[in-house]
Amino acid sequence: MSTTDFSVTTPIDHVAVEERVARLNKRSIKKDSKIQALKMALSMMDLTTLEGKDSEGKVIQLCQKAKLPYAPMPDLPTVAAVCVYPTMVRTAKDQVKGSGINVASVATAFPSGMAPLSVRIDDTKFAVDEGADEVDMVISRGAFLSGEYNQVFDEIAAIKEACGKAHLKVILETGELHTYENVRKASDLAMEAGGDFIKTSTGKISPAATQPVTLVMLEAIRDYYYKTGKMVGMKPAGGIRTAKQALQYLVLVKETLGAAWLNNEYFRFGASSLANDVLMQIVKQQTGQYQSADYFSVD
Amino acid sequence: MEHLEVLKTYKIYIGGNFPRTESGRFYKVYDSEKELLANACLCSRKDVRDAVKIARGAFGGWKSRSAYNRGQILYRIAEMMESRRAEFESQLSKIGFTSAEATADVNASIDRLIYYAGWTDKYQQIFGSVNPVASAHFNFSLLDPTGVVGIFAPEASPLLGLVSLVAPVIAGGNTCVALASEAYPLPAIIFAEVLNSSDVPGGVVNILTGKKEELAEHFSAHKDVNAMIYTDNLSNEMKKMIDENASTSVKRIVKKLVNDWYEDDTQSPYFITDFQETKTTWHPVGF
Amino acid sequence: MSQTTETKETPYKPTSPNSKLDFASVWEYAPAPESSDHVEIKDQYQLFIDGKFVKPSKGRYFKSTNPATTEVITEFAEATQNDVDKAVKAARKAFKGEWSSLAPKTRGKYLYRIARMLQERSREFSVLESMDGGKPIRESRDVDVPLAAAHFFYYAGWADKLDYAFPGKTPEPLGVCGQIIPWNFPLLMLAWKIAPALACGNTVVLKPAETTSLTALKFAELVKDAGVPAGVINIVTGAGQTGAEIVNHKDIDKIAFTGSTGVGKLIQKSLAGTDKKFTLELGGKGALIVFEDAPIDQAVEGIINAIFFNQGHVCCAGSRLLVQEGVADLVTQKLKDRMETLIVGDPLDKNTDIGAINSSQQFETINSYLEIGVDEGADVYQSKCSIPENGYFIRPTLLANVAQSNRVVQEEIFGPVLTVQTFRTADEAIDKANNTPFGLAGGVWTDKGSKIFKVGAGLRSGVVWANTYNKFDPTSPFGGYKESGVGREGGLHGLSAYVKLK
Repeated sequence: MSTTDFSVTTPIDHVAVEERVARLNKRSIKKDSKIQALKMALSMMDLTTLEGKDSEGKVIQLCQKAKLPYAPMPDLPTVAAVCVYPTMVRTAKDQVKGSGINVASVATAFPSGMAPLSVRIDDTKFAVDEGADEVDMVISRGAFLSGEYNQVFDEIAAIKEACGKAHLKVILETGELHTYENVRKASDLAMEAGGDFIKTSTGKISPAATQPVTLVMLEAIRDYYYKTGKMVGMKPAGGIRTAKQALQYLVLVKETLGAAWLNNEYFRFGASSLANDVLMQIVKQQTGQYQSADYFSVD
Repeated sequence: MEHLEVLKTYKIYIGGNFPRTESGRFYKVYDSEKELLANACLCSRKDVRDAVKIARGAFGGWKSRSAYNRGQILYRIAEMMESRRAEFESQLSKIGFTSAEATADVNASIDRLIYYAGWTDKYQQIFGSVNPVASAHFNFSLLDPTGVVGIFAPEASPLLGLVSLVAPVIAGGNTCVALASEAYPLPAIIFAEVLNSSDVPGGVVNILTGKKEELAEHFSAHKDVNAMIYTDNLSNEMKKMIDENASTSVKRIVKKLVNDWYEDDTQSPYFITDFQETKTTWHPVGF
Repeated sequence: MSQTTETKETPYKPTSPNSKLDFASVWEYAPAPESSDHVEIKDQYQLFIDGKFVKPSKGRYFKSTNPATTEVITEFAEATQNDVDKAVKAARKAFKGEWSSLAPKTRGKYLYRIARMLQERSREFSVLESMDGGKPIRESRDVDVPLAAAHFFYYAGWADKLDYAFPGKTPEPLGVCGQIIPWNFPLLMLAWKIAPALACGNTVVLKPAETTSLTALKFAELVKDAGVPAGVINIVTGAGQTGAEIVNHKDIDKIAFTGSTGVGKLIQKSLAGTDKKFTLELGGKGALIVFEDAPIDQAVEGIINAIFFNQGHVCCAGSRLLVQEGVADLVTQKLKDRMETLIVGDPLDKNTDIGAINSSQQFETINSYLEIGVDEGADVYQSKCSIPENGYFIRPTLLANVAQSNRVVQEEIFGPVLTVQTFRTADEAIDKANNTPFGLAGGVWTDKGSKIFKVGAGLRSGVVWANTYNKFDPTSPFGGYKESGVGREGGLHGLSAYVKLK
């Protein structure tokens, strides 16, 4: 049980949040600053495959891409992690061994979370036993929207315990929370319950990550840090497809939380198709030539 | 070199596309010399149904555009019309307008669009109000567009008349389904082509061709049409039928008899307010 | 964890909850200057009278500098009595002749043309505005120029609809309007003045500020391109003396002035005993009232906008923060964090938040107020951003621990300087907000709607922004109570300044 009364709402002005994002989007990222940011974005990526038709073959290919995103430039950073379903963790773990790349697994009856807590705990334990370094859980949105904040809190705490040494990312599924106030409240709740990261979305619900939602979450992280001294990480996921979007997210992080969060220990992108656009932009920056998708592998 | 003219197929305008009528039917359109001009679509009940559905879908987005943006778009229609005036004038000439009349008709149509472009961000200031209620409340009334409007374009003024009805309806944030002049539908379709290149979102204006006699029933009985306007002197039977059908969904029927679309009173903000609902909000005042 | 990032080697990790966030290191923005290659600046600009560019009768010119570099960029003609007289005569001739015989809708169509041409040439005007006046390109590009165009577009529509604006009356134009505008929003203030005047059927003689005349003369070129009849718009450049010639000219029917309260009072005095109509838009000392139930992060953003927009060179700037005691520390801390992310520097850089102070004179004025603040015992806080060596730049500044009696709280500083005071009750906040001879604008932040209306009703100012600040729109009237001016610009109400009602 938490001692915090989560029924108290932090007021957030919808219009002003979106105006703030619009202003941050006007930052112009050029030249060295752009190359640095693109590499940073690559290193922060959780390269993801979360499909019902995922197979060993698919996961193996994904891991190859994670280790060597673009063969002509072997010195580029690798991605931070690959993100897969629990049954694929072992395969992924074998593939990335020795590369420094983590394996993240969604768990807790992802993406709906509609299973008894015991099942979700077992799911989590299974993923960790298989070798997951990071667990991405979903909160119970139904309970949250019904005002059962303590239930949601206790569930997160229970999953955190089941994670053991694995890092816990708490997916709020902001597309179902409807208001920025709810996003803020869910963020506060998830951090206090022990989440190492807060994450926007499963990617299965539209809208997935948006910048205003991310800004609200970053502000929650900042306030929590000022209150407790604990640094919680942030992971927007879903819908981030272009390098330009990625840079915009990095600007949000830089101007809300600052330098300490600008690394993959505290910031991740959950994405499946972002990597190639980032790579194309890196190559464009270094060669001056606009690129074609034909030259970048689609694993 | 010999050049055989390529004849243009005139189709209807729904949702920003130019489909043929769902019915596959056509009717012949003649010029003033009784020569064939084109085969027009003879629209059916199902075309009305499709167009209304599309207009309803476009309504939310169009009404939430800023007034400034709607004004800019109406102005853009005028710009595009100016650049295609030759085609309009040539078409009007074929159906009996003298050259001077055709030019005047296009000029007046362009100016009418600009007139309503200027109203988009002003009618609210004239017709909205702050109401000094006696209690500790801030009370204000705003105009809110009625919804999907059915328009019967005037038979004898196939361009200016149509523009004069469509412009105020969309200036106020409504979407519409217009039935073109039955005998002279081609200027309306050229107008649709102008709309399609003028930043007007698809579905805001939809234009059908066909027979009032057949379609009046389907316009007036459709429950998702919130209002209708006609300016021709319809038969008493048709008027009664429209009114009766309208009563099943309390549809607003606007009748304005217009003979001359150059008269001053054929443009006014009241053409906008005819298709607006008044919404009043009460808000407390206190620490 | 992954060992692959370059950034992992050097991250700054705060360890104590009280340590400040570090916004600077690890990743910085490279310079992103807007190109000025496509804009042409002549060596010298003439007066624009009767549709022609003409040399000043006394042949005198004055230099204009770029305040970000202190380099001279061009020179402008000094209009003297004779030139002003020629301009007024041209305006009178146009008023009696071609302009008044036009159909109202045609007058409107000229204004629409101007609006469209401004949109077409918007980037050029933005770059020039930033070079001549020091404001960041982000603002000239996203605020000044689009708003100026929107203003013309809005008033264009009124030209043939004036009967609806004044029910029961017949509006008629006043005649020749003398218009004097300030240096903080050169093109936008020009639009605020010219658009309604022309829509109502008047002709104008306009004097831009001497430090920022460039866009007005570019605008004159555009007026020619748009085919506006000669004499309808005349632009005379010069300093205070030129303005005085306009104010005192016998054949001008109306004076519209935007600028300091001091000059406004002089103008009102000069007009004493004449029948000239006048509108004045003068100084301000806007209060920002932040209640403890406010959305705090967005309030902080609003405060940043209120005081640091356009280097604080804004008559309606929110320059006095009144924050409820329960959240005073929180708001101040968040405000300081946010100030650290403001970028001060090259106005043409797309990332610049705060550009150059408009002139050496204003630079000195602001600095002298900072000294006064120190003398009065204020705690001075400035962000740690770097500023260019040359040019006139001032870091965003807070003056905390100040009292209502301090000069820095009473007087308009017109720079990026915010005073911070606290309050306990809403009544106290309203009293403090109103405790000034000014009355232009104020802001309120609270999540409670009814409180917005109650506090708003109590504020003696022409504009109240709630949970936002420094918002402008052509449809919205703007202007002050008390010594902040008389009359309104913008919206339906802005028409009144340019018509007589029969």
